[in-house]
Amino acid sequence: MSRILIVAEHDGVHLNPGTAKCVTCAAALSGATITVAVLARDPAAVASQAAALQGVAQVLAVANAANEHPMAAVLAPQIAALARARDFTHVFGPATTFGKDLMPRVAALLGAPQISDIMAIESATRFRRPVYAGNAILTVEVTPGILIAGTVRTASFAAAGTGGRAAIETVAPAVTLPTHTRFVAVSAASSDRPDLQTARRVVSGGRALGSADGFKLMFALADKLGAAVGASRAAVDAGYAPNELQVGQTGKIIAPELYIAIGISGAIQHLTGIKDARTIVAINKDAEAPIFEVADYGLVGDLFEIVPELSKLLG
Amino acid sequence: MRRILVGIKRVVDYNVRIRLKPDASGIVTDGVKMSINPFDEIALEEALRIRERGGADEVIAVSIGTNDAQQQLRTALAMGADRAVLVELPAGAGAEGMLEPLAAATVLLKLVQREQPLLAILGKQAIDDDNSQTGQILAALWDRPQATFASKVELIGDTARVTREVDAGLETLEVDLPAVITTDLRLNEPRYVKLPDIMKAKKKPLEVIPLASLGVPTARQTTMVRFDPPPQRQKGVMVKDAAELVAALHGKGLL
Repeated sequence: MSRILIVAEHDGVHLNPGTAKCVTCAAALSGATITVAVLARDPAAVASQAAALQGVAQVLAVANAANEHPMAAVLAPQIAALARARDFTHVFGPATTFGKDLMPRVAALLGAPQISDIMAIESATRFRRPVYAGNAILTVEVTPGILIAGTVRTASFAAAGTGGRAAIETVAPAVTLPTHTRFVAVSAASSDRPDLQTARRVVSGGRALGSADGFKLMFALADKLGAAVGASRAAVDAGYAPNELQVGQTGKIIAPELYIAIGISGAIQHLTGIKDARTIVAINKDAEAPIFEVADYGLVGDLFEIVPELSKLLG
Repeated sequence: MRRILVGIKRVVDYNVRIRLKPDASGIVTDGVKMSINPFDEIALEEALRIRERGGADEVIAVSIGTNDAQQQLRTALAMGADRAVLVELPAGAGAEGMLEPLAAATVLLKLVQREQPLLAILGKQAIDDDNSQTGQILAALWDRPQATFASKVELIGDTARVTREVDAGLETLEVDLPAVITTDLRLNEPRYVKLPDIMKAKKKPLEVIPLASLGVPTARQTTMVRFDPPPQRQKGVMVKDAAELVAALHGKGLL
């Protein structure tokens, strides 16, 4: 029997879709009983969203003003206390920047090994995860009988459905929280476009866009498609696009239904970030570009002619 | 003495296309170019810049690895680290001989306790195991702040103001020192090593400490069962123009 604690990611109002994917991952463990922990200033709204996820048995809601902004040093001792008090076998979080920051700190407090970027569950102690920038898939076995921490590669799992009615329990872990780490600010690139991590369609641009001005073509096309905008690392490094748009092993790993790569050659680290996309379209003037090896539809030509034409056709 | 400890991991070079061993026990490393993990190079560069601005007096490059890792520590010394420490692992143990993140962080904690740095700067992840854990674990064991995925670091008195690359954009934290920072790609561009620096680096101190002498528990909690190639996508079809592409996507119900 597996008793899994999932740490919810949220912004104080909305549950991040990564959490529902962690639930699907956890449900693959034999005899899974799934608990979701919501730590917030006021967890009520997010806790009720977590309680509605199919497969969740219980939600633990922790209200504390210190939890207003998620900081690993503050959250980790509370999560470790919950994990210890309730005899969990696994503690999971999403492999987003939130989970990647937090979960190793939780694992350390519990003396637990962490399995990073879980992409498949083979048993309660055996997992598959990408290594070497996705060039190899490692099967890893944890010694039986010890608590396991993990981050879940969200692109590898579908989101759990809603309609569940888990019980919500309010808890207050008795731990002293540090004051050595203080939140100052977050500058979110506010946008009306869909979120890159969860969008059904993504239009992504590479270095061939040539300039930040050229990159604006991506936004125009994305708006026609109702798509999110991504960028290759080369385009980000060249300053054409902000870093939070970066798709790839060192950026975001995504799994949209439609991914359109424009002027992106297809470096392995970029392909790692998109290999779970349902359909990949590549537009590139170099017919030999590696992106065409993985694309479902390839189009060789000048993007500065093709993209405006596409935008027009999608009118 | 205000010190900065920098983690340096020897990994297969960023540009090498890795090959799996036929028996699935790991990847081929014989005759393969090895380098400093790119994120660790950024960590070292940041430490050097802080020292050059007067924010620290000494930069110590630390590696945990087999004797070969001395090469990467010499490179770190050539870049500008003042001294280096290698915690030496027995040779010939292969991938299973590497320490897990918890054990590696425990080793680093021993060095932190000895050197009392104001900062420990590590890469956000190593490009071999891609774990992204060691810095966070070190911060937890040390009971100090962590600022991961840093794209900007400013020391202000007894605190550091760190801008972090997060999914939503950029987050700024203020942390009390000492603290652990892990580096993201855009923090800086590491300097190139010049020949005279390589010569000078040969004279800088490089201390080798056998792992066993530290008394850190290193029994593995996990076993690496097998390394498989990633599933390959099939090459699709080529279309001749935008109109044909739109028609194909319509046909598949994607538009």
